[in-house]
Amino acid sequence: MNVARLLPLVVVVPLLGAAVLAAGGRRLPRVASDSVSVAFAAVSAVLAGAALLGGAHGDPYVVEWLGGWRPGPGGQGVGIVLAGDPLSLGLAAFASLLVVAVLLYSWRYFEEPPRRGSGSFPALMLIFQAGMCGFCLTGDLFNSFVFFELMGVVAYALTGFRVEERRPVQGALAFGIVNSLGGYAMLLGIALLYARTGELGFAQTGRRLDGQHPDALVLAAFVLVAAGLLVKAAAVPFHFWLPDAHAVAPTPVSMLLSGVMVELGVFGVARLYWTVFAGPGGLPQEAVGRALVAVGVVTALLGAAMSWRQRHLKRLLAFSTVAHIGLFLIGAGLLTAEGTAGTSLYVLAHGCVKAALFACTGILLDRYASVDERELHGKARELPLTGGLFVLGGLAVCGMPPFGTSLGKAVAEEAAGHTGHWLTAVFVLASAVTGGAVLRAGLRVFAGVGTRPEEVRRRTGAAGSADHTGQRSDRSDRTEDFATDADSTGDVGTRGDEPPETGGRLRRIPVTMLAVPAVLLAAALAAGIVPQWATATADAAQFFASHEGYESVVLDGVNPRPAPGPPAHWTAVGVLLGLLSTALGVGAALLGLRRRTPSEGTERLLRLPARLQSGHIGDYVAWTVAGVALLALLTAPGTHTFG
Amino acid sequence: MTLLPYLVAGWLFLIGVYGIVVSRDLIHTVGCLSVTQSSTYVLLLAVGYRDGGTAPVYADVPKDARVVDPVVQALTLTDVVVGATVTALLLALVIQLHKRHGTVDPDQLSALKG
Repeated sequence: MNVARLLPLVVVVPLLGAAVLAAGGRRLPRVASDSVSVAFAAVSAVLAGAALLGGAHGDPYVVEWLGGWRPGPGGQGVGIVLAGDPLSLGLAAFASLLVVAVLLYSWRYFEEPPRRGSGSFPALMLIFQAGMCGFCLTGDLFNSFVFFELMGVVAYALTGFRVEERRPVQGALAFGIVNSLGGYAMLLGIALLYARTGELGFAQTGRRLDGQHPDALVLAAFVLVAAGLLVKAAAVPFHFWLPDAHAVAPTPVSMLLSGVMVELGVFGVARLYWTVFAGPGGLPQEAVGRALVAVGVVTALLGAAMSWRQRHLKRLLAFSTVAHIGLFLIGAGLLTAEGTAGTSLYVLAHGCVKAALFACTGILLDRYASVDERELHGKARELPLTGGLFVLGGLAVCGMPPFGTSLGKAVAEEAAGHTGHWLTAVFVLASAVTGGAVLRAGLRVFAGVGTRPEEVRRRTGAAGSADHTGQRSDRSDRTEDFATDADSTGDVGTRGDEPPETGGRLRRIPVTMLAVPAVLLAAALAAGIVPQWATATADAAQFFASHEGYESVVLDGVNPRPAPGPPAHWTAVGVLLGLLSTALGVGAALLGLRRRTPSEGTERLLRLPARLQSGHIGDYVAWTVAGVALLALLTAPGTHTFG
Repeated sequence: MTLLPYLVAGWLFLIGVYGIVVSRDLIHTVGCLSVTQSSTYVLLLAVGYRDGGTAPVYADVPKDARVVDPVVQALTLTDVVVGATVTALLLALVIQLHKRHGTVDPDQLSALKG
């Protein structure tokens, strides 16, 4: 059997499952609808895995022209192609497996099924999965826009799933408007590319561009499409929607959003560059690389700093994702196979770790009805297992060997070191600060280390720590704000207004809710330990970062055999840098625990970015447009476009 | 072929974005998003337009007739469907937002900050 035939099924099976659940979900009991959804998601994961393995034994690229509409000898045609290279197939399989994990996690999560039957949540999850898999596998510009929007629309709906509450609807709306705008920018860029080449396939467009001279139109097309994808990836200054959406989305949804969806934005930019713009008629490598690395550095540093200053655990993790997206952008922006290999490994391990951390936070939310670091001070001492997992996750975020995050980081760092040693410092700093923030929160919540909240309050007065309140003293509507609520009520026993997502407070932690983060962390560990993983990723990156290879396999059916990639393995320097960032992270966490209030200096430094995070949709959109202009400015010089 | 449709597309995108930025009403915001999206329709159709071309329906015209590009029309149609989905979902969220917060003025929503 031809493995290429499996590709459409990877996308169709979850859609079919969603249809079954949408039709029959109301009548099915909870157990049945959950099992059906897990089964469909797992089948899709198995299919993607089978295509990946089939490719590993035969041809590494798996190409399927839908409906058999192959292009003619001149490469012309209207057919639509699904093209799976090892990297995109691996990413599709990973997304599917994460969906399975998340569905298992939510098995006991929404204890009371929503009013309109128990099928709607898993059905939306399955459509989300279909959108992500389709986005990974498509070889067509317009289809990638459609899958981009499909994943978007479902994600908005899932973010605002608890419509009866105040904040989720607001976060979902900001998410929806900013991401849709990004999608339309992407479509404008696609239209410009079609105007220039008359083609919509990645490979066809790329081949047409190869025969032309680059000009301002090609640049504009790249900037528009890349901006749309960077909005999804939540790169600065397109990132504002992410903390709002992640903080309010149901925990299982946050696991997916942070674990894999935003990373797909980075994947999309890299895929687009390599397949369409890497040829002689596209954009020069220096220009694109410079733009991506510059955006990545700013994203990594800003995300790390903002993550450090959060005390709302979900927002902390969301900003930590922003920081890591910056690192991924740097790795992908090096535009080498080595950088791509490191980034892919990092993305896989980071997705597992971040999902596990969100899963632990979900347990806290359902047991204590709060995810506020100060409020939960020492409360979770009774959950040693969850605490252990959370702290392990924090160490993995720091990049502690032998976690996969550390290996991926080490490989990407080494690749970045060829460009500039200061980039290595950015990697170490960003992972140490984000990991330190997670560890600080973990130690405070699960071990009760550090100053008790009453003491902090006594020292700083009712206005509270400068964390959240200082920036908005000019606002009159303070009661709206959850952080202010928690601070000004002055009673530690008062819960925040975080409603638990289960029917009632959890008394006992369901075994699925603990097993899922444990398995995810084990997977992140395995990604670092099993050497075959690293080798396979390095080879996959070699295929991925090949402009001519992609064109020839999709259009001519010639499966290329590039030389195996530079091996991705542990080096002494990588281990030492991993240990260094872990040590820095632990040090930062201990320092953060000792400090009673954030120091004046950092506070002043971060007041501006914090104020920008205003929750106002108009501001976010203004920044998005400014970001498009910025991206154009970063990419334009050196492209010789106006000559 | 004139430059006009391209300028119109650019203008629609920018004016829509401007509307979202200064909007004081979330329903108006969603409307402005639709305006932004209509720039994509205009651009797509302008890209595929051919002077003197007729509709690409070969049942009615001779095989060698000059027709406009049917691909962009299919894309526009898909885009309209995508836009309808997004707009419907966002408007539903705005209604829900109004129920919970009692306002649709983005300046008065401050539950998500910092």
